Amino acid sequence: MLIGHQPKEFLLAVEALTVSFDGFKAVNDLSFYVDENEIRVIIGPNGAGKTTVLDLICGKTKATSGSIQFRGKELTRMKENEIVKAGVGRKFQNPSIYDDLTVFENLEISYPRGRSVFGALTFTRDAAVRDRVHEVAEMIFLKDKLNMSADLLSHGQKQWLEIGMLLIQDPDLLMLDEPVAGMSVSERAKTAELLNRIIKNRSVLVIEHDMKFVEDIAHKVTVLHQGQILSEGTMEKVQNDPKVIEVYLGH
Amino acid sequence: MTDNRFFNRSELIGILVLAAFLVVVLPLTLDVFRLNLVAKYLTYAFVALGLVICWGYGGILSLGQGVFFGLGGYCMAMFLKLEASSVENTKIQSTPGIPDFMDWNQLTALPFFWKPFHSLTFTIAAIVLVPGIFALIIGTAMFKRRVGGTYFAIITQAVAAILTILIVGQQGYTGGINGMTDLRTLKGWDIRPDHAKIMLYFFEVGCLFVCIMIAQFVRHAKLGRILVAMREKEDRVRFSGYSVANFKIFAFSIAAMFAAIGGAMFALNVGFMSPSFVGIVPSIEMVIYTAVGGRLSILGAIYGTLLVNFAKTSLSETFPELWLFGLGGLFIAVVLAFPNGLAGIWSDYVQPRIDRLIASRKRKPDGWTDSSVADGAPAE
Repeated sequence: MLIGHQPKEFLLAVEALTVSFDGFKAVNDLSFYVDENEIRVIIGPNGAGKTTVLDLICGKTKATSGSIQFRGKELTRMKENEIVKAGVGRKFQNPSIYDDLTVFENLEISYPRGRSVFGALTFTRDAAVRDRVHEVAEMIFLKDKLNMSADLLSHGQKQWLEIGMLLIQDPDLLMLDEPVAGMSVSERAKTAELLNRIIKNRSVLVIEHDMKFVEDIAHKVTVLHQGQILSEGTMEKVQNDPKVIEVYLGH
Repeated sequence: MTDNRFFNRSELIGILVLAAFLVVVLPLTLDVFRLNLVAKYLTYAFVALGLVICWGYGGILSLGQGVFFGLGGYCMAMFLKLEASSVENTKIQSTPGIPDFMDWNQLTALPFFWKPFHSLTFTIAAIVLVPGIFALIIGTAMFKRRVGGTYFAIITQAVAAILTILIVGQQGYTGGINGMTDLRTLKGWDIRPDHAKIMLYFFEVGCLFVCIMIAQFVRHAKLGRILVAMREKEDRVRFSGYSVANFKIFAFSIAAMFAAIGGAMFALNVGFMSPSFVGIVPSIEMVIYTAVGGRLSILGAIYGTLLVNFAKTSLSETFPELWLFGLGGLFIAVVLAFPNGLAGIWSDYVQPRIDRLIASRKRKPDGWTDSSVADGAPAE
C-alpha cells in the first residue's frame, strides 16, 4: 500500500516444509506465513498433518527438509528448550498438566526464570512470581483454586490451566492443539473469550475441529489435506471453497 | 516461621525424632556389636536417600546403585588398605609396601592409579567425585539420547554386572572376589576396637543428616517440583523451556554421590569392601529398601532400610534358605498394596489419627492445651 514501505516481516514463515516417516510424507512441501498479532486456525480432516505441523514448529519432530523461520531464527536447527526461549509456546491436545502439584506450582514451573539446574535450585518464590501467578490464574478463571491439587480440576479447567502455563511464559507465538475439545458449551464460550483477551501482543496458531469456535476466533484459516494446503483465507472464503467442502466440511 | 528452604514444621519434627532415635535411643539400648550392625545398615540408607530423589521424585529407576556404593567404598578402602600396607606391616612380602593381594598376584609396584590414594584429602574428594562424574557420563550418554524408563534400568543393571566382572577379573589391582580386607587404621587411628566403632557410628549418623539436609533442600527447591513434573509429563516440562536431560543427569548424579558416601561409610564401619556389594543383587535390594520405606519419603526410606535389614539379619540367621523369597515377596506385597511404602501407611492411616487426637485435645476449653499445639497454626 505505502510505496517504498519495507516488505512486511512475518512472525512465522514456514517454507517448503516436508517431513516423511518411512517414506510417508505427513507434511509435504508446506508453506504458510503468520503475521504479528494474528489468530490463525488450522483445520482439516483427521490425518491431514495438523498436529505434525505444530510438532515441527516446536521441535518435537525434526523436519526432513524445508525451513521454519521465527523472527528470523531458524527453528529447525534449535533444541526444544531453545525454541521455547525464543518465544514459542505449545499446548498439547490432551491437557498436559502436573497432577501431583497444585495449580500454583503448575503455573510457577512455567514462569520463565530459573530454567537451568542451578537456577531451579536457587529459585525463590518472590513477589514478582506470586503476582504473575495470581494475575494469570485470574485470567484463566482459576483464581480461587490456586492451592488445589491439579488432578482435582475438571477437564475444561485443566485445559485452561495449560493455557495459563503458556501465558505465564509470555510467548510471542502461542500454539494450541484443540483447546476446546471435550469442553461444555459454556466452557467453550469462556475459552473463546479467554483467547480473544490473550492475543494482544502475540500471535496464536490453533488447531480446532469445532467450526463454530473457529468462526468466533479466526482471523485467517488454513485448510490442510494430506500434508498440503488445500485452501487458505478468511473463514468465509474457505467455507465457500468447493475443494474444502468436498474433502472436509461436506462430511 | 519454621518454614524455610530445608523443611516445614512437620518435617522438622520427623527429623528430630529420627535424630533422637539414632543418636540417643539406639546407642543406649544396643551393644556395640548390634550398634555396628546398625551402622552397616545405615550405609544403605545413604543409597535409599539418593533413590528417593532419583526414583521417587525424578521417576528414574536405577537398578545399579551398587556401582556407586562400590566406587565410593573402594575409594575409601584403597586409602585404608594403603595405610595398612606400610613397609613394616608387609615386610614378609616379596615386595614390601604394597597391598598383600598385589603381592600374591606378582605385582612388584603400586599401580599409578593407586598412588594418589595415599592422600586422605584426595580420597575424600574421590569418594564423591569419581562416582559423581561416572554418573554424569552415564547420565549424559543416556538422557541426552532420551533413553529412559525400563531401558535405563536395564542398562544400569548391565553396568553393575560389568563392574563386578571387572573387579573380580582384575584381581591384582582390586583384590578380586575377596575384595579389600584387613583394613586397620585411619591416619593411625585404629578403626577396629569398640570405642572406634562407636565413634564411627556417630560420624556416620552425622554424615547421614548432612545428606538428609541436602535432599530436603533439593526437594523444597523448585528443582524438586520440576522432578515431580518431569516424572508425570516429561514433554510438558521440555516444552516449558527446560532441558529435561540436565535435570535427570543432576538427579542421577546426586543419587550416585549419596550412594558413594554410603559405600565409604561401609568400608570404614565394616572394615572391608568386596564386589558382592556392587553387583545386581545388592543393587536391587537397595531399591527394595527404598520401596518398603516409601519412595517419596526421605525419612521413610531410612526407616525402610533399617527395618528390612533388621528383618534380613534375624530371618536369614533362622531361615537362610527362605530369606530371599521373603524379600521378594515383601517387595511385591509393598508395591501392590502400599505403593508409597511405610511412609504412605503412616501418612494415610497414622498421621490422620494423630491429627484428630490433637485437634480433639485442642478443642477442650480449659486452657491446658500445651503450647506446641497452640503454635501449630500453619505458617502460611
